[in-house]
Amino acid sequence: MTGEAIGLGAIAVVLLCSSLLVVLSKNLFHSVLWLAAALVATAGLFVLLHAEFLAAVQVLLYAGGVVTIVVFAIMLTERLAGQTIQQMNRGIAWGAVLAGAVFLGVGAVVVRAPTAPGRASAAFGNTAALGQALLTDWVLPFEVLGVLFVAALLGALYLARVDE
Amino acid sequence: MLKAYLLVAAAVFSIGLFGVLTRRNAIGILLGIELMLNAVNINLVAFARYGGSMAGWVLALFTIAITVAEVAVGLAIVIVIFRVRRTVEADHLTLLRG
Repeated sequence: MTGEAIGLGAIAVVLLCSSLLVVLSKNLFHSVLWLAAALVATAGLFVLLHAEFLAAVQVLLYAGGVVTIVVFAIMLTERLAGQTIQQMNRGIAWGAVLAGAVFLGVGAVVVRAPTAPGRASAAFGNTAALGQALLTDWVLPFEVLGVLFVAALLGALYLARVDE
Repeated sequence: MLKAYLLVAAAVFSIGLFGVLTRRNAIGILLGIELMLNAVNINLVAFARYGGSMAGWVLALFTIAITVAEVAVGLAIVIVIFRVRRTVEADHLTLLRG
Protein backbone atom coordinates (compact mmCIF):
# COMPACT_ATOMS: atom_id res chain seq x y z
CA MET A 1 0.00 0.00 0.00
CA THR A 2 1.50 3.26 -1.06
CA GLY A 3 0.72 6.53 0.66
CA GLU A 4 -1.38 7.61 -2.29
CA ALA A 5 -3.55 4.48 -2.10
CA ILE A 6 -4.17 4.97 1.62
CA GLY A 7 -4.99 8.64 1.11
CA LEU A 8 -7.30 7.83 -1.78
CA GLY A 9 -9.13 5.21 0.26
CA ALA A 10 -9.63 7.53 3.23
CA ILE A 11 -10.76 10.46 1.11
CA ALA A 12 -13.03 8.22 -0.99
CA VAL A 13 -14.86 7.04 2.14
CA VAL A 14 -15.42 10.63 3.31
CA LEU A 15 -16.42 11.75 -0.19
CA LEU A 16 -18.92 8.95 -0.81
CA CYS A 17 -20.50 9.17 2.66
CA SER A 18 -20.98 12.93 2.47
CA SER A 19 -22.29 12.62 -1.11
CA LEU A 20 -24.87 10.08 0.03
CA LEU A 21 -25.92 12.39 2.86
CA VAL A 22 -26.29 15.26 0.36
CA VAL A 23 -28.95 13.34 -1.56
CA LEU A 24 -30.61 11.59 1.40
CA SER A 25 -30.70 14.20 4.18
CA LYS A 26 -34.19 15.34 5.11
CA ASN A 27 -33.13 18.85 6.03
CA LEU A 28 -32.08 20.86 3.00
CA PHE A 29 -29.69 22.93 5.09
CA HIS A 30 -27.87 19.78 6.23
CA SER A 31 -27.63 18.72 2.57
CA VAL A 32 -25.74 21.90 1.74
CA LEU A 33 -23.34 21.43 4.65
CA TRP A 34 -22.65 17.85 3.52
CA LEU A 35 -22.11 19.17 0.01
CA ALA A 36 -19.43 21.48 1.45
CA ALA A 37 -17.80 18.44 3.08
CA ALA A 38 -17.90 16.52 -0.22
CA LEU A 39 -16.36 19.44 -2.09
CA VAL A 40 -13.53 19.80 0.44
CA ALA A 41 -12.91 16.04 0.17
CA THR A 42 -12.66 16.51 -3.60
CA ALA A 43 -10.07 19.22 -2.99
CA GLY A 44 -8.17 16.59 -1.00
CA LEU A 45 -8.28 14.30 -4.06
CA PHE A 46 -6.84 17.15 -6.15
CA VAL A 47 -3.96 17.50 -3.67
CA LEU A 48 -3.32 13.75 -4.00
CA LEU A 49 -3.18 14.27 -7.77
CA HIS A 50 -0.61 17.06 -7.32
CA ALA A 51 -3.04 19.74 -8.48
CA GLU A 52 -2.61 22.05 -5.51
CA PHE A 53 -3.76 25.15 -7.34
CA LEU A 54 -6.98 23.45 -8.44
CA ALA A 55 -7.52 22.32 -4.85
CA ALA A 56 -7.29 25.94 -3.73
CA VAL A 57 -9.68 27.03 -6.48
CA GLN A 58 -12.05 24.23 -5.51
CA VAL A 59 -12.16 25.33 -1.87
CA LEU A 60 -12.44 29.02 -2.70
CA LEU A 61 -15.00 28.92 -5.51
CA TYR A 62 -16.93 25.71 -4.85
CA ALA A 63 -16.89 25.20 -1.11
CA GLY A 64 -16.79 28.96 -0.52
CA GLY A 65 -18.84 30.50 -3.30
CA VAL A 66 -21.37 27.87 -4.29
CA VAL A 67 -22.21 26.82 -0.74
CA THR A 68 -22.62 30.45 0.30
CA ILE A 69 -24.98 31.13 -2.60
CA VAL A 70 -27.06 28.02 -1.87
CA VAL A 71 -27.29 28.81 1.85
CA PHE A 72 -28.36 32.32 0.91
CA ALA A 73 -31.08 30.97 -1.40
CA ILE A 74 -32.37 28.60 1.29
CA MET A 75 -32.50 31.41 3.84
CA LEU A 76 -34.35 33.59 1.36
CA THR A 77 -36.97 31.01 0.40
CA GLU A 78 -37.42 29.99 4.04
CA ARG A 79 -37.87 33.60 5.08
CA LEU A 80 -40.45 34.13 2.37
CA ALA A 81 -42.26 30.92 3.23
CA GLY A 82 -41.91 31.38 6.98
CA GLN A 83 -41.18 27.71 7.62
CA THR A 84 -38.32 25.27 7.48
CA ILE A 85 -38.11 23.48 4.16
CA GLN A 86 -38.54 19.75 4.71
CA GLN A 87 -37.76 17.80 1.64
CA MET A 88 -38.70 14.27 0.74
CA ASN A 89 -37.38 11.91 -1.87
CA ARG A 90 -39.75 10.21 -4.27
CA GLY A 91 -39.26 7.17 -6.46
CA ILE A 92 -36.25 6.06 -4.42
CA ALA A 93 -36.36 2.52 -5.83
CA TRP A 94 -36.36 3.58 -9.46
CA GLY A 95 -33.76 6.26 -8.83
CA ALA A 96 -31.49 3.76 -7.10
CA VAL A 97 -31.92 1.23 -9.92
CA LEU A 98 -31.10 3.79 -12.60
CA ALA A 99 -28.14 5.29 -10.72
CA GLY A 100 -26.83 1.82 -9.94
CA ALA A 101 -27.12 0.84 -13.60
CA VAL A 102 -25.17 3.94 -14.65
CA PHE A 103 -22.48 3.19 -12.08
CA LEU A 104 -22.21 -0.46 -13.17
CA GLY A 105 -22.04 0.56 -16.83
CA VAL A 106 -19.32 3.15 -16.31
CA GLY A 107 -17.50 0.89 -13.84
CA ALA A 108 -17.47 -2.02 -16.28
CA VAL A 109 -15.94 0.17 -18.99
CA VAL A 110 -13.33 1.54 -16.56
CA VAL A 111 -12.34 -1.87 -15.20
CA ARG A 112 -12.06 -3.50 -18.61
CA ALA A 113 -10.17 -0.61 -20.20
CA PRO A 114 -6.52 -1.25 -21.06
CA THR A 115 -4.19 -0.18 -18.27
CA ALA A 116 -3.07 3.41 -18.60
CA PRO A 117 0.65 4.07 -18.93
CA GLY A 118 0.54 5.82 -15.57
CA ARG A 119 3.69 7.85 -16.18
CA ALA A 120 3.03 10.50 -13.58
CA SER A 121 6.23 12.50 -13.66
CA ALA A 122 7.11 14.58 -10.62
CA ALA A 123 8.03 17.61 -12.70
CA PHE A 124 4.66 17.71 -14.44
CA GLY A 125 1.89 19.96 -13.40
CA ASN A 126 2.95 23.00 -11.47
CA THR A 127 0.87 26.15 -11.34
CA ALA A 128 3.20 28.00 -13.69
CA ALA A 129 2.55 25.41 -16.41
CA LEU A 130 -1.19 25.83 -15.85
CA GLY A 131 -0.89 29.58 -16.30
CA GLN A 132 1.19 29.10 -19.44
CA ALA A 133 -1.37 26.73 -20.96
CA LEU A 134 -4.25 29.00 -19.94
CA LEU A 135 -2.85 32.06 -21.71
CA THR A 136 -1.42 30.35 -24.81
CA ASP A 137 -3.33 27.30 -26.05
CA TRP A 138 -6.54 28.07 -24.14
CA VAL A 139 -6.65 31.84 -24.33
CA LEU A 140 -9.80 31.97 -26.48
CA PRO A 141 -11.92 29.78 -24.16
CA PHE A 142 -10.46 31.81 -21.28
CA GLU A 143 -11.74 35.06 -22.75
CA VAL A 144 -15.11 33.53 -23.65
CA LEU A 145 -15.36 32.47 -20.00
CA GLY A 146 -15.03 36.13 -19.02
CA VAL A 147 -17.95 36.98 -21.31
CA LEU A 148 -19.95 34.13 -19.79
CA PHE A 149 -19.32 35.48 -16.32
CA VAL A 150 -20.56 38.94 -17.25
CA ALA A 151 -23.66 37.41 -18.83
CA ALA A 152 -24.31 35.20 -15.78
CA LEU A 153 -23.80 38.14 -13.41
CA LEU A 154 -26.20 40.37 -15.31
CA GLY A 155 -28.70 37.54 -15.78
CA ALA A 156 -28.72 36.61 -12.10
CA LEU A 157 -29.09 40.27 -11.08
CA TYR A 158 -31.91 40.78 -13.58
CA LEU A 159 -33.79 37.64 -12.53
CA ALA A 160 -33.48 38.18 -8.79
CA ARG A 161 -34.20 41.93 -8.75
CA VAL A 162 -37.12 43.22 -6.74
CA ASP A 163 -39.97 44.43 -8.89
CA GLU A 164 -41.05 47.98 -8.26
CA MET B 1 -4.33 4.05 -9.53
CA LEU B 2 -6.07 5.87 -12.38
CA LYS B 3 -8.89 3.32 -12.37
CA ALA B 4 -9.46 3.82 -8.65
CA TYR B 5 -9.94 7.55 -9.19
CA LEU B 6 -12.29 6.91 -12.11
CA LEU B 7 -14.37 4.47 -10.04
CA VAL B 8 -14.68 6.97 -7.19
CA ALA B 9 -15.75 9.62 -9.68
CA ALA B 10 -18.30 7.24 -11.24
CA ALA B 11 -19.74 6.52 -7.79
CA VAL B 12 -20.07 10.23 -6.98
CA PHE B 13 -21.68 10.81 -10.38
CA SER B 14 -24.22 8.04 -9.76
CA ILE B 15 -25.05 9.43 -6.31
CA GLY B 16 -25.60 12.85 -7.85
CA LEU B 17 -27.81 11.30 -10.54
CA PHE B 18 -29.82 9.58 -7.82
CA GLY B 19 -30.28 12.95 -6.11
CA VAL B 20 -31.43 14.63 -9.32
CA LEU B 21 -33.92 11.83 -10.02
CA THR B 22 -35.42 11.56 -6.54
CA ARG B 23 -35.33 15.04 -5.00
CA ARG B 24 -38.57 16.98 -5.01
CA ASN B 25 -37.08 20.33 -4.03
CA ALA B 26 -35.56 22.37 -6.86
CA ILE B 27 -32.59 23.38 -4.69
CA GLY B 28 -32.04 19.71 -3.85
CA ILE B 29 -31.96 18.90 -7.56
CA LEU B 30 -29.34 21.62 -8.06
CA LEU B 31 -27.23 20.05 -5.31
CA GLY B 32 -27.37 16.73 -7.19
CA ILE B 33 -26.17 18.47 -10.33
CA GLU B 34 -23.30 19.95 -8.31
CA LEU B 35 -22.23 16.44 -7.29
CA MET B 36 -22.32 15.22 -10.90
CA LEU B 37 -20.19 18.15 -12.12
CA ASN B 38 -17.81 17.55 -9.24
CA ALA B 39 -17.33 13.94 -10.36
CA VAL B 40 -16.43 15.18 -13.83
CA ASN B 41 -13.73 17.39 -12.30
CA ILE B 42 -12.20 14.39 -10.51
CA ASN B 43 -12.05 12.55 -13.84
CA LEU B 44 -10.46 15.48 -15.62
CA VAL B 45 -7.73 16.00 -13.02
CA ALA B 46 -7.02 12.26 -12.78
CA PHE B 47 -6.64 11.99 -16.56
CA ALA B 48 -4.38 15.05 -16.57
CA ARG B 49 -2.18 13.49 -13.90
CA TYR B 50 -1.88 10.08 -15.53
CA GLY B 51 -2.06 11.17 -19.15
CA GLY B 52 0.63 13.83 -18.82
CA SER B 53 -1.44 16.54 -20.50
CA MET B 54 -2.24 20.00 -19.23
CA ALA B 55 -5.67 20.00 -20.91
CA GLY B 56 -7.39 18.22 -18.03
CA TRP B 57 -6.34 20.87 -15.54
CA VAL B 58 -7.43 23.74 -17.74
CA LEU B 59 -10.78 22.08 -18.44
CA ALA B 60 -11.30 21.39 -14.73
CA LEU B 61 -10.64 25.05 -14.01
CA PHE B 62 -13.17 26.04 -16.67
CA THR B 63 -15.72 23.55 -15.31
CA ILE B 64 -15.41 24.95 -11.79
CA ALA B 65 -15.86 28.50 -13.04
CA ILE B 66 -18.83 27.64 -15.27
CA THR B 67 -20.47 25.72 -12.42
CA VAL B 68 -20.31 28.79 -10.19
CA ALA B 69 -22.02 30.84 -12.90
CA GLU B 70 -24.59 28.07 -13.40
CA VAL B 71 -25.42 27.97 -9.70
CA ALA B 72 -25.80 31.75 -9.52
CA VAL B 73 -28.25 31.82 -12.44
CA GLY B 74 -30.01 28.62 -11.36
CA LEU B 75 -30.67 29.87 -7.85
CA ALA B 76 -31.82 33.24 -9.17
CA ILE B 77 -34.37 31.33 -11.27
CA VAL B 78 -35.39 29.27 -8.22
CA ILE B 79 -35.96 32.44 -6.20
CA VAL B 80 -38.04 33.97 -9.00
CA ILE B 81 -40.12 30.79 -9.27
CA PHE B 82 -40.58 30.85 -5.51
CA ARG B 83 -41.80 34.44 -5.61
CA VAL B 84 -44.29 33.69 -8.36
CA ARG B 85 -45.54 30.24 -7.34
CA ARG B 86 -44.74 30.20 -3.58
CA THR B 87 -43.16 26.75 -3.92
CA VAL B 88 -39.91 25.18 -5.06
CA GLU B 89 -41.32 21.65 -5.32
CA ALA B 90 -40.54 20.47 -8.84
CA ASP B 91 -43.78 18.47 -9.00
CA HIS B 92 -45.88 21.59 -8.48
CA LEU B 93 -44.17 23.59 -11.21
CA THR B 94 -46.54 22.56 -13.99
CA LEU B 95 -46.88 25.98 -15.58
CA LEU B 96 -45.61 24.76 -18.96
CA ARG B 97 -47.73 21.60 -19.06
CA GLY B 98 -49.67 21.48 -22.33
